[in-house]
Amino acid sequence: MIKLSHVTKEYPRRGKALDDVSFEVAKGEFAFLTGHSGSGKSTTLRLLHMADWPTEGEVRICGFSSELTSPREVWKLRRRVGFIFQDFRLLPGRTALQNVAFALEVTGTPRREVLERANRLLAQVGLASKAGALVNELSGGEQQRVSTARALVNEPLALLADEPTGNLDERASRGIMELFRDLNARGMAVLMATHDLELIRAYPGIRVIELNQGRLAFDSKAAGSGDRDRGEG
Amino acid sequence: MYAIREAVAAIRRAPVLLVLSAAMVALALYVVGLFAVATYNLHEALGRIEERVEVVIYLRDDARDEELRLLEEDLAGMDEVLRVRHFTKDDALARARADLPEFEDLFRDLDVNPLPASLEVELVPGFRTPEGVARVAGRASIYPSVEDVRYGDEWVDRLYLLRRIGGIATAVLGAAFGAVAALIIATAVRIALFARREEILIMRLVGATNGFIRRPFLLEGALTGLIGGLLSAALTYASFHAVSTLIFRLEWIPIEWVVTGVVSGGLFGLVASAFAIQKYLREI
Repeated sequence: MIKLSHVTKEYPRRGKALDDVSFEVAKGEFAFLTGHSGSGKSTTLRLLHMADWPTEGEVRICGFSSELTSPREVWKLRRRVGFIFQDFRLLPGRTALQNVAFALEVTGTPRREVLERANRLLAQVGLASKAGALVNELSGGEQQRVSTARALVNEPLALLADEPTGNLDERASRGIMELFRDLNARGMAVLMATHDLELIRAYPGIRVIELNQGRLAFDSKAAGSGDRDRGEG
Repeated sequence: MYAIREAVAAIRRAPVLLVLSAAMVALALYVVGLFAVATYNLHEALGRIEERVEVVIYLRDDARDEELRLLEEDLAGMDEVLRVRHFTKDDALARARADLPEFEDLFRDLDVNPLPASLEVELVPGFRTPEGVARVAGRASIYPSVEDVRYGDEWVDRLYLLRRIGGIATAVLGAAFGAVAALIIATAVRIALFARREEILIMRLVGATNGFIRRPFLLEGALTGLIGGLLSAALTYASFHAVSTLIFRLEWIPIEWVVTGVVSGGLFGLVASAFAIQKYLREI
């Protein structure tokens, strides 16, 4: 589902952001991608949603390979993978429903179907009653739910989340995590970048992949689940 | 359909942005409009003066009819010549009487008509140049029955020079104003697009194709340009009307010019949007 094979990403000024990183997240798997600031988490996610291409190696996600996908075709990938960001990236001045519907409209879905599906997804993330509210009037947790609903509209096979709980309080973070776990339980692969160790500790069953200065430092799956705590240190 | 809905929604969400951009476009095109009115009127005035450029051929009293007929036919056959009118000695006297009533007595007492017969040659527009006039005059003066050829060579030269300077000034200034207007429109559209960068980014993130992202922005750009164009036409007309009633009479520019101005506003808006959006689509 998600696979990095010997991926190196080098920037002209910054140098190597990723150095020979390989890991795989299977269908239906949930993994945390962790590490300090500058460890390469965001670069990994950028490569995965093809906002950027690796200098060496190959990134594969939902059947799309970085070697075969051109920038002009990225839209195809983006309809198969859901993305969630720390800063929500919602359209201000529009309602929760409009924000979710927007992602469907851009794919050319018929208008009637758009509203029906957007409403259903808002209900799924527990926001049916807030469909008509402007997103800037919603709490951080609610905004992240709207952004999750938007990520799910095209029924993606994998969900990539970049510090989705970074701007949320503990209660809202837990709510989002439960939502992700629920989606994962239905078979969706989830890769969630976070540096929140408390959160990682709270979910001992979830795989941890740790990056350090652009290199793979730890993978609880490779190390065996009993060894997982090492990744949190 | 989505593109139209989205463009309308965007305008309703941020009408101030559209009004400001359209106002910038309108001001840029307003300058072009004023220039067009000035140029058109100058052109018309010169045209009216130029209509008076003609060649007058005075004929000898002993000119033979046969030769005169040949001369007339020869001149009428020239590319430069629009019309040849023959005035007899009597016509000349009648005209002199009408034009100079103060010499009425003098003309009445004449035993012999001293005024010569003449041919007045009107030229085709485009040939009312020093060269055109000289060619016609040159051809006529070969005929022995021609006494003299007058064509006001000095003022024809000056008029022609004025017209050439006018033409060059129009082309250079017009191009400069047009370029400035295009730049201002491009800037206005880019500012409007910059305000919506985030939206473009999000559209790309959720899998919109470039074409899909582009369409509402192109529509908005074209609309901004068109509104600006219409506004500038209104402003130009208001200024024209004010000058025409308060200062001196002016001619309003042909409707084709107005339509061209408004349509080019829309086109500029469209092209500027296309360039600006392309930049964002590459960046994000």
